[in-house]
Amino acid sequence: MRHLLSAGDLSRDEANLILDTAEEMRSLADRPIKKLPALRGRTVVNLFFEDSTRTRISFEAAAKRLSADVINFSAKGSSVSKGESLKDTALTLQAMGADGVVCRHGASGAPHLLATSGWMTGAVVNAGDGTHEHPTQALLDAFTMRRHLGSLDGRRITIVGDVLHSRVARSNVLLLATLGAEVTVVAPPTLLPVDMSRWPCTTSYDFDAVLAKSDAVMMLRVQRERMGDAYFPSAREYTRRYGLDVHRMAQLPENAIVMHPGPMNRGMEISAEVADSTRSVIVEQVTNGVAVRMAVLYLLLSGSNESTEEPPA
Amino acid sequence: MTAYLITGAKIVGGEVADLLIDNEEIVAVGTGLQAPADAETIDATGLIALPGLVDLHTHLREPGREDAETVHTGTRAAAVGGFTAVFAMANTDPVADTAGVVEQVWRLGREAGYADVYPIGAVTVGRQGTQLAELGAMADSAARVRVFSDDGDCVWDAALMRRALEYVKAFGGTIAQHAQEPRLTKGAQMNEGALSGVLGLTGWPSVAEEAIIARDILLNHHVGSKLHICHLSTKGSVEIVRAAKRRGLDVTAEVTPHHLLLTEELAASYDPVYKVNPPLRTKEDVEAVREGLADGTIDIVATDHAPHPVEDKDCEWSAAAFGMIGLETALSVVQHAMVDTKLLTWADVADRMSYRPAAIGQASDHGRPLEAGAPANLVLVDPAAQRTIVPEQSTSLSRNTPFAGMTLPGQVVATFLRGTPTVRDGKPVR
Repeated sequence: MRHLLSAGDLSRDEANLILDTAEEMRSLADRPIKKLPALRGRTVVNLFFEDSTRTRISFEAAAKRLSADVINFSAKGSSVSKGESLKDTALTLQAMGADGVVCRHGASGAPHLLATSGWMTGAVVNAGDGTHEHPTQALLDAFTMRRHLGSLDGRRITIVGDVLHSRVARSNVLLLATLGAEVTVVAPPTLLPVDMSRWPCTTSYDFDAVLAKSDAVMMLRVQRERMGDAYFPSAREYTRRYGLDVHRMAQLPENAIVMHPGPMNRGMEISAEVADSTRSVIVEQVTNGVAVRMAVLYLLLSGSNESTEEPPA
Repeated sequence: MTAYLITGAKIVGGEVADLLIDNEEIVAVGTGLQAPADAETIDATGLIALPGLVDLHTHLREPGREDAETVHTGTRAAAVGGFTAVFAMANTDPVADTAGVVEQVWRLGREAGYADVYPIGAVTVGRQGTQLAELGAMADSAARVRVFSDDGDCVWDAALMRRALEYVKAFGGTIAQHAQEPRLTKGAQMNEGALSGVLGLTGWPSVAEEAIIARDILLNHHVGSKLHICHLSTKGSVEIVRAAKRRGLDVTAEVTPHHLLLTEELAASYDPVYKVNPPLRTKEDVEAVREGLADGTIDIVATDHAPHPVEDKDCEWSAAAFGMIGLETALSVVQHAMVDTKLLTWADVADRMSYRPAAIGQASDHGRPLEAGAPANLVLVDPAAQRTIVPEQSTSLSRNTPFAGMTLPGQVVATFLRGTPTVRDGKPVR
C-alpha cells in the first residue's frame, strides 16, 4: 500500500490489517499519555481545498498522536485562491519535504492525480474527493460496525440517502463488500447513479421494506439545495419517504445500530430523537476516526510495511 | 513552378499508376508516364495516393488563443496529417460571427499556405444562442462561408434552430449542430453510465445528444434545408440517423477519430487528456459508430482537432478543458480502426475523408477524384509504416493527444496543395 486513494484498492487482508492496527491505536486513547513516537521526524501535510474542519482535526489529531510534524494547508486562505494550480501546490509540498499528504478536494480524482502525476513522491491519503470517495470514512465506519456487530461477514448494511453525490457511500459500498457484508443502498431513483451495475450492492427505493433486514443503517447527509435541481420535490417529502425517525427505528432488529458520517441535518434525513438514541453510534464514529486515521498514517508512513514497493523516503 | 512525376502509387489503394502534376493540376494519370525535362520524379512504390483530405471540423484557435494554436501551426499540422483543406470552427475570441472575423481567418489561411482554410461562421451572435449572427454577410464575404455552427455549444432553442436552418437556404448554407441538450448535461464530465457513477464524475448521457439529433432532423425535414451533425458519438445517434436516411430525410453526420477508437474506460485514470466533448463512450458505441461509418449512415470523419495549452490539461479533471488534438493522427486512426479491420477500403477512406466532407462544405477545389484536370490536391501514404505517437513531436502547437504512446499504422509521406508540396518525407516543407 503506497497511497490510500480508493477503498476499492484495499484487499480484505489490507483492510483487516488497518482495522486491527486501529484497535491498537484505539486502546491508546484510554491511556493517560495518548502519544506514540512512531512517526517522529515525518511531516504530514493536511491539504484541504474544501472546508471540512472535522475531518482535518481528525487527521491532525491522528498525526500528532503519532508524533509527526503536521502542517495544515487550507486552500481557502492560501495561494490557491489566488489561482495557484494543484500542480504548483504539489511541487511546493514536495520542495518542503512532505512525507504524507492528506488531501481533501472538491474535484473527483484530485488525490489520484497527486499520486500519479509525478509532481510529488509522498504518500497520498484521500480525505474526500468530489463525489468520488472518502476511504478513511469507510474504514472508520467499518471499524465502528465491527466493534458492535463483530465480523462483518454476512452482515446486512443499509445505506440511505444521496448516493449519487456521496463519496461516503461509494467508499463504504466498496469496503463493506470486500469485508463480506451484504450492502443495500436506498434512495429515491433520482439520487442513485443511473447505472449501478458496477457497484457490489443491491438497491432499493423503499426504505421501509429493508428496515427489518438491517444490522446497521447509515444515513447520508442530504443537501437541501438538491431540491432546486428537482432531485426531490421537498424536504418534507424526502423526510417522509427516506428519513429515519423513531417509528422506522422501531422496525430495526434489536441490536441494529444507527450511523451518520456527519454533519447531520437533524429533522431532514435523521430525527433528533434517533440521532441521540442509544442505538446511535454517531459520536463514537468520530472517536474511532482518529484511531483509524492513525492506523492509516502509521501503515503508510512508518516504513515497516513489507509489501511497500517504494518505501516512503 | 516545379512539375512532379509520382511513379508507382496505388491510386486510392487500387491500380498502380503514375501521376503527373504540373501548373497546380493533375495533368495525367496512367502507366509509363514520361517526366518532362524540368519535372522532379518521386518514387511512390508501395505508397497509396489519396485525394487531399478535408477536415470539416478543426479548431485553429486564432484569433484569441494563439497560445494553443494559430492558423499557421494548425494548418501545418493539417498538412502533416494529409489534409489540404480545413474548416475552422467559429469558437474563437472574438467569435467568428461577423464578416470581418471570418475574412481574417480566411486571409491567415491563405498566407500560411499549408491548407485551404474555410472559416465556419457562428450561427448566433457570440455563440450565445439568442440572436442569429449576420449569416448572409459571412456568406457574401471574401471567405464565402457556407457552413455555420455554434460548435462548443448547442443551438438548443428549437425556434432559433428552425430559423437558422430556414435562413441559410437563401445561399445554400448548412447548419452544423453540436448536439448537446444543455439542461441534461449541466456540469457533465464524462459519459454517463456504470463507470461515471463509480468515478464520481458527472455524467453526460447519450440521450442529451440523441434528443437534439432527432429534433433537428425533424426540424430540417419541415423546412427543407441542410443539416449536418457534428461529432456523433453514440449508438443511439447512429440508429436515429440511419432510420432518418432510410425514410429519405436529409442529414449528414460526422464521427471523430477518437470516437472510432477510444472508450470511456480511459477516464478512470483521471488524466484530463481523455476529457473531450462529447465524451468518450462505451465499447458498444465505438462498434456502432464504426458500423455507421462503414454503411454510410455517418458520412464523414472529422477530427474536432481541439488544441489546448499544457496548463489547461495539467490539472484536476473537472478543471481541465475539453478536447484533444487529432489532425496528425486522423488517417492513422482511421486505417487502424476501419481499414485494417476491413470495414472500409482505401477508396472508402477517400470518400469519407475527402470527397464527402468537401461536398458538404462546398469546397469545390477539394475532394476531387485523382484524374487529369483536377486540382493537384493529394496525399501519399505509406500504409505499411508503424509509428508510436509522441506528443512532443506534434506539429501542432499543442500536445494534448490521447494517442500518446500508442503505435498506429500508416504514415503520410507527402502532401500536395495545388501542385506544391506542403509535406515531403513526412515533414512539413517549410
